[in-house]
Amino acid sequence: MGLTLPPDGEVTEVPAVSPNWLTTRLDFLVNWGRANSLWPMPFGTACCAIEFMATAAGRFDISRFGMERMSFSPRQADVLICAGRLPFKLAPIIRRVWDQMPQPKWAISMGACASTGGIFDTYAMVQGIDTIIPVDVYVPGCPPRPEGLMYGIMLLQKKIKGETMADPSLRQELLVNEQGFFVPPEKIDEISEPFGNSVHQTRSA
Amino acid sequence: MTAVAPALSPSVDALRAAFGSAVLRAAVSCGDSIVWVAADRAHEILAWLKNTPGQTFNYLTDVTAVDYRDPDRPLEVSYQLRSLSRKADLRVKIPLDKAQPLAVDSVVDLWRGADWLEREVFDMFGVTFTGHPDLRRILMWDTYAEGHPLRKDFPLRGNFTRAEQTRQALAANPEAHYSMEELSIADAFNELPEDMKRRLLDGQRGELR
Repeated sequence: MGLTLPPDGEVTEVPAVSPNWLTTRLDFLVNWGRANSLWPMPFGTACCAIEFMATAAGRFDISRFGMERMSFSPRQADVLICAGRLPFKLAPIIRRVWDQMPQPKWAISMGACASTGGIFDTYAMVQGIDTIIPVDVYVPGCPPRPEGLMYGIMLLQKKIKGETMADPSLRQELLVNEQGFFVPPEKIDEISEPFGNSVHQTRSA
Repeated sequence: MTAVAPALSPSVDALRAAFGSAVLRAAVSCGDSIVWVAADRAHEILAWLKNTPGQTFNYLTDVTAVDYRDPDRPLEVSYQLRSLSRKADLRVKIPLDKAQPLAVDSVVDLWRGADWLEREVFDMFGVTFTGHPDLRRILMWDTYAEGHPLRKDFPLRGNFTRAEQTRQALAANPEAHYSMEELSIADAFNELPEDMKRRLLDGQRGELR
């Protein structure tokens, strides 16, 4: 058996587990448990947080989805719900909250501002939290109705139920480069291009 | 029915009698009396307004500044004063030539509440308040390098690219937004972890790489 390592760049990773009857049954059980006991880490910064509170309260009641336990410590949370606009001053904080959450973890970007910067196309606002942390589900709206957020949660549950232990990359941390990005800087500039009613304002204006 | 022109505050005449040409002009806008004063005597005038019997403007409602779109028009630092006992208001404005360094004397020694208000004007407009005990940025973080956002020559999206803004924001240390004084008020310093104590004692406020 050739035990010597091939030169760098020629290593092909073989999945630790290939899907078979046992793993798919185990996946089903694990995903069923995970999807139905998501503990949210609420990161509410603006009016979306009010709709999030309405979603958590009696009429809409996300405890029906196994989310009744708001985890105000990121270390016991499963899903980060960023409800509201994220100014640059909060960027290192949401990054730290996200880094403190243990795997498995997911993120929901709730509302137009968290997803794209929304109307706040200004010097102070992060143009979409996906430039700071990886996001699983984007919920549109300004702010989204509780029905909208619940639909986003159900989409996330659907996504979780499709995960498999045969693909360990799902649970890998997205590491940042030495500049602190996990997406290339050109990509951040590209997705922060002006849109909507602000196309008339250019950087030089 | 004839509209009655709103009267100028009697404090303006008293100011003219006491300071003469340091009172540049006065006007009434929306019923509020506004008086423009020279920057070099502004602290003296504000102290007089606070301490003179009959004026006693003992409450500083707000300090702010206005940068007009016309680049030749001076930037104005505006003090909204109120006398709680007399129930009277007065707005004092200091025009500052934008070609010169923007600096006025701090009024924290007169009204303690001016502390954060002047820090905000410093942060947003770049006006230096001479004699302020702790003139730091208050809204933007300490390593913010793009300038003063409410100046008219500041582009709405900032001076840097989004990627550079994101990089600098992520490089900021979120634990270091408080001065030692603020932490000692909360008596929180002793409960901080050792490494955080060390960073704060070194005055480290995040770094740009």
